[in-house]
Amino acid sequence: MTIHTKIAISKVYNYTHNTSLYKNFFFLVFIVLIVTTFTVLPRLRINIGDESSNFKKITLVNIRNLPEFRLVGDSASPRNPECTHWDCFNIYKCGRTGHDRIAVYVYPPKKYVDEQGVPATELMSKEYLALLQAVVNSKYYTANPHEACIFIPSIDTLNQERLRPNLTSKALRSLPFWNDGENHLIFNMIAGNAPDFSPVVDLATGKALIAGADFNKYSFRTNFDVSIPLFSPIARPGDINHRRRSWLVTSSQLNLDVNYLGVLQKLSSRHNSLLILDACHRHNYTKRCRENSNEMVDYPAILHESTFCLVFRGERIGQFALLEAMAANCIPVVVMDGAVLPFSNVIDWKRAAVFIMENYLHTLVDVLEKISPQRIKQMQKTGRFLYDSYFSSIEKIALTTLDIIQDRVYPHWSKIYDDWNLRPEEKNTNPLFLPLTAPKSHGFTAVILTYDRVDSLYTLIDRLSRVPSLMKVIVVWNNQKKSPPPLSSFPQIQKPVKVIRTSANKLSNRFYPYNEIETEAILHIDDDIVMLTADEVEFGYEVWREFPDRIVGFPSRTHRWDNATNSWKYESEWTNEISMVLTGAAFLHKYWSFLYTTAMPANIRELVDEHMNCEDIAMNFLVANVTNKPPIKVTPRKKFKCPECVNNEMLSADEGHMIERSQCVDRFVKAFGRMPLKSVEFRADPVLFKDPFPEKLKRFNDIGSL
Amino acid sequence: MQAKKRYLLLFVSCAFLAYWYFGGYRLKSSNMIVDDHLPVFVNLDQVYTGSLQRQREISPISNNKLCSMENCFDFGRCQQGFRVYVYPPDDNSTPSPSYQKLLNVLMESRYYTADPRLACLFVLSIDTLDRDRLSADYVRNMQSRLQHLPHWNNGLNHVIFNLYSGTWPNYTENNLDFDYGMAILAKASMSDSHMRPGFDISIPLFHKVHPEKGGEVGSVLANSLPLQKNYLLAFKGKRYVHGIGSDTRNSLYHLHNRKDMIMVTTCRHGKSWKDMKDERCDQDNKEYDKYDYEVLLQNSTFCLVPRGRRLGSFRFLEALQAGCIPVLLSNGWALPFAQKIDWSKAAIWADERLLLQVPYIVRSLAPAKILQLRQQTQVLWDRYFSSIEKIVYTTLEIIRERLPYEPFRDATVWNTLPGALVTLPSFSDHPKSFPFQIEYSDVDGFTAIIYCQLGLPLTPSAPLYRLVTNIARSKYVSKIIVVWSNDKRPPSKTRWPLLPHNISLHVIQPEGEPTKPSISQRFYPHPQIDTAAVLSLDEDSVLTTDEVDFAYIVWKKFPDRIVGYPARSHYWDDSKSTWGYTSKWTNDYSIVLTGAAFYHRYYNVLYTEWLSPLLHKTVEQSQNCEDILMNFLVSHVTRRPPIKVTQRKQYKEQPTLGSWSPWNDPDHFIQRQTCLNTFAAVFGYMPLLRSNLRLDPVLFKDTVANKRKKYRKIELVGS
Repeated sequence: MTIHTKIAISKVYNYTHNTSLYKNFFFLVFIVLIVTTFTVLPRLRINIGDESSNFKKITLVNIRNLPEFRLVGDSASPRNPECTHWDCFNIYKCGRTGHDRIAVYVYPPKKYVDEQGVPATELMSKEYLALLQAVVNSKYYTANPHEACIFIPSIDTLNQERLRPNLTSKALRSLPFWNDGENHLIFNMIAGNAPDFSPVVDLATGKALIAGADFNKYSFRTNFDVSIPLFSPIARPGDINHRRRSWLVTSSQLNLDVNYLGVLQKLSSRHNSLLILDACHRHNYTKRCRENSNEMVDYPAILHESTFCLVFRGERIGQFALLEAMAANCIPVVVMDGAVLPFSNVIDWKRAAVFIMENYLHTLVDVLEKISPQRIKQMQKTGRFLYDSYFSSIEKIALTTLDIIQDRVYPHWSKIYDDWNLRPEEKNTNPLFLPLTAPKSHGFTAVILTYDRVDSLYTLIDRLSRVPSLMKVIVVWNNQKKSPPPLSSFPQIQKPVKVIRTSANKLSNRFYPYNEIETEAILHIDDDIVMLTADEVEFGYEVWREFPDRIVGFPSRTHRWDNATNSWKYESEWTNEISMVLTGAAFLHKYWSFLYTTAMPANIRELVDEHMNCEDIAMNFLVANVTNKPPIKVTPRKKFKCPECVNNEMLSADEGHMIERSQCVDRFVKAFGRMPLKSVEFRADPVLFKDPFPEKLKRFNDIGSL
Repeated sequence: MQAKKRYLLLFVSCAFLAYWYFGGYRLKSSNMIVDDHLPVFVNLDQVYTGSLQRQREISPISNNKLCSMENCFDFGRCQQGFRVYVYPPDDNSTPSPSYQKLLNVLMESRYYTADPRLACLFVLSIDTLDRDRLSADYVRNMQSRLQHLPHWNNGLNHVIFNLYSGTWPNYTENNLDFDYGMAILAKASMSDSHMRPGFDISIPLFHKVHPEKGGEVGSVLANSLPLQKNYLLAFKGKRYVHGIGSDTRNSLYHLHNRKDMIMVTTCRHGKSWKDMKDERCDQDNKEYDKYDYEVLLQNSTFCLVPRGRRLGSFRFLEALQAGCIPVLLSNGWALPFAQKIDWSKAAIWADERLLLQVPYIVRSLAPAKILQLRQQTQVLWDRYFSSIEKIVYTTLEIIRERLPYEPFRDATVWNTLPGALVTLPSFSDHPKSFPFQIEYSDVDGFTAIIYCQLGLPLTPSAPLYRLVTNIARSKYVSKIIVVWSNDKRPPSKTRWPLLPHNISLHVIQPEGEPTKPSISQRFYPHPQIDTAAVLSLDEDSVLTTDEVDFAYIVWKKFPDRIVGYPARSHYWDDSKSTWGYTSKWTNDYSIVLTGAAFYHRYYNVLYTEWLSPLLHKTVEQSQNCEDILMNFLVSHVTRRPPIKVTQRKQYKEQPTLGSWSPWNDPDHFIQRQTCLNTFAAVFGYMPLLRSNLRLDPVLFKDTVANKRKKYRKIELVGS
């Protein structure tokens, strides 16, 4: 906006400087401009921008001096234990924002008091404030309650011991959009009271969703409530140190049940790898003592010394020990029958924790000793990943809860198991994971990139037409200065030929997933590769059918680390290994064209188009990076410089070209952050290749050499 | 000049005002004052979370709705292993064909026991699949029948399979018309709210004709992108004009557009449909008759799976098999095996309440996502649903993994190929130990296992002597194991060729009757095998060191397959309607014999522990075909053909004239043909797959200087 004004002004000035006649006129124009800026634009903002600008983003300040709200009337209806997502959750409230994302409204905080002025809850805790703040700052937040799908009260319900259930229930009911709790989300980490310790916070929550930390299987409304962790204010992630942990397993929970303690003591008399800690004489949560010893240790630091950490069920299910162990990267051993672990509808705890039934505690050491060292390593890494992603702060816990509800409301966009649970390096990224041998009948489409070598192109088309599985020929005409010759001048073949004119002379054009390509398999072939026999091409297609997720083709290359220059080198020398198959003559699944066009790192695409080189190397990098598989070279054929081509302007000719290609490899490695190429020492030949066997009985007998 | 200054000033002030107006207010709200001195939500020194003061009640609970494994299952019965007992058939009633098939696969399972005292799990022989009182298969007097069962014990450790419960008009989900007590329900059409979490198991609804074993393969043959189908979303089926579950199907016509969304329903079913019909019925029926169900299934990208009277429908499995991505409209349905299977990878959940959103949802999914979903339908269909055997075994595995002593699999194993049923967690608790990864980068070499069935005398000219010498020259060998499986005495230590100190040689004599050693011994997972790679050899195999090395290098890139030299093929003999076996030279192959081949040692475990006892019996009786069986097994697991390397086809010494060898016995060959057909019958299908290629070294027989080549000696070996 300001830039435009500036230009306008400078123009105005130039005129006025020379001709004072127009001075007044321009001054008027200028005034009008300013007036419009200040009157029209703000209105426009309201009209264009989302409706929520009528509503102000909530500010969570001055928590100690909130406006008072006097509670009168009845309490809300009690929690409905039968609720499911399908009947208690009002789905129609969602999706009013025009985007597929839940909109979350946060009520303005108030101080709720009864007639006598007794407050319903204690002062809001900093955890709850942080939670609300995280919601307000998240992409889910809306200031407009009329477009909201989820409502979060600003009443701190994290700890039942810090609130008066009756009054708080009344406070909930007094919320302007309460409506029996419909689409409201209540966060609670410490539920129940002595002596019963209900697993759900004792509030009249009606149809509200509860994000609670104490659920057991039967109080948890599957697919409705969300199980969250009990946040420990003292859990701090330690550094991942690889030093040996001196204890196999540690029990550090306070006031352990005598039955558990008895079993543990019995075990520790037989195994000295078990550490039992309890409270010290002068109770302090961050100090622990060994039995019959006054030696104090720091808690939770001591957990760093142990490979496994026990987490027992107490009167309440939620235990601080769980997150304290995870922060210390100590693998939790969960001994809690019937507990619903935090976020267990999306998180696969079995990959990060060990589960032992309460009655089988005596098998503890046997079970743990059976776990292989690789598995322990994997569990530690998974535990670290889960902790960092979902548990390390109140903010993460709040947002994960919303993410789970988001996936429930918009299940078609929901994250899959792998997204929640696998570390990035663990994900199997191969998009063609079904082990298929592609059907022969579908055949392949030949895509020929050409500039102006028409004669060679015609020869190639003629030769290709003899390959039985060829379905169609697509000529990508990359010359904008010249029109392609009319189709009538093309060799007349039995298969359809289609010419596509491109708008710019880019090498990437050969990898565009044209709609005209109707087969899975694409034979990418240069217009000068005329030496391949029909048998070779058909056999190449046969090999591709068995490896449809790989690059299968004829010209092979390899890469090598050069110690002298400290860089990667591209080699076309005949070696015993290959790691690339060039797309001058190679079969590829159409998916790779699609991926090259849509998902190739932008800097690589630019590099290729700028230098008019390395598109084939880039494709090899792309496929290898996604599949982690090497390409497959077919038959002995290695020489591809055609003798007839007099004009040796062939790109791959000179030495400078080789250097440039080495540089490409180097730059691609940087762009991908690793060297994805894999080398192999084999190539594919027909089963009866070079066998002393009547040639006419061989399915592929015209296989050339070199 | 004056004017210039004035304008500039005015401009600057305007710019400032604009900045203040547009940008400033943001500054205002993000710079919020956060209270620093608020209390912590919990005082750690005082909170009461630890001790469990009350004695926990372990007594059986009164309400079986609250059953969980901890309180309604006796693990004590399972300490000797997971064994399943099936009650002897009830004389008074014959089970339906479906239930009979289910019982058959249970009794063929490796978990089956005929002794109820050893049993961990009990399965009724009384058909409980159909508990709709109006149905023909409904078994009466269930309650009293149960009371007469000797081990019923209020259902403790029992599992009850059920497809239909409740009846018209309410179709009450948990009404089986008998009290199942503490038994685990393996039931179709369960809902989230009625399922006892971690206890009951939701199974798919399957047809009466669902095969006992094997099962049809999925319809997806190609991974086209974008998927070009005539229809985007299709549904053809009954609708119920009134009553429970009728709303969803009654409103489907709103989505029907006769172009890419085909939603056709009919009310023409049941005897009295004309009495019940509404004003749409006649028009609906006309549209309904225009489309063929099978055609829609095969030619649609998405298939709507709406609830019927009950939550589940046959359509679910049909769509899955057809690779038609299910769009679920069945609120509250607990999807089959959802404890283990991540359905978000293979299906789209829609909400019955948001029926009209469905077109928008399916249109907005990207081609790459559709490709992924579609492939996963096939993975799941092929691994867990295509036969009753798979459905039942999956149910058993889910229960078994809950037992405290039993090893379990990660959900990643369940949801990726080759799937949980062929991944034995007892082998290892770490996925990298299995062959199902892309390649082996760690070099721990291989173990050569030489199977000596003949027991020829060991002289320096004997084939075995030369074989051991050649293998020992390989730079990758770590151990040589000789399985001496014949009635002769193994040669003394001094007679073996001298080996480098880092290679050890073990001679194993299988236990058991020395006169009748089992040929499957060659695949026994001997504890001495400590490398992932196994090179399996016969005592008269011939291989050069170069060949051994090259095959090992290739195997490392294909650790899930059999990689070796002797290739054979199978073919369908139309005239006899049987499978044929040939050792002739052919353009393709489907078997690589284990007389000279590499494979992963995990297959030894699968072969020995996992294969059906019926298959083992066939091998024992013929003392033959163990190598074919291994090929069946590996192809069944990977759904890929084996890999043949280089030219060599003759992999055995030509036996001297007159000496006996099982391979020049004509019966031997006929036997193998018979085996092939028996195996195909027991597997329920033909798992072998053909390959058209073999792998050679990159410079194999190229006209380049020999010294450039890494594997020179291979070229000297003919066919």
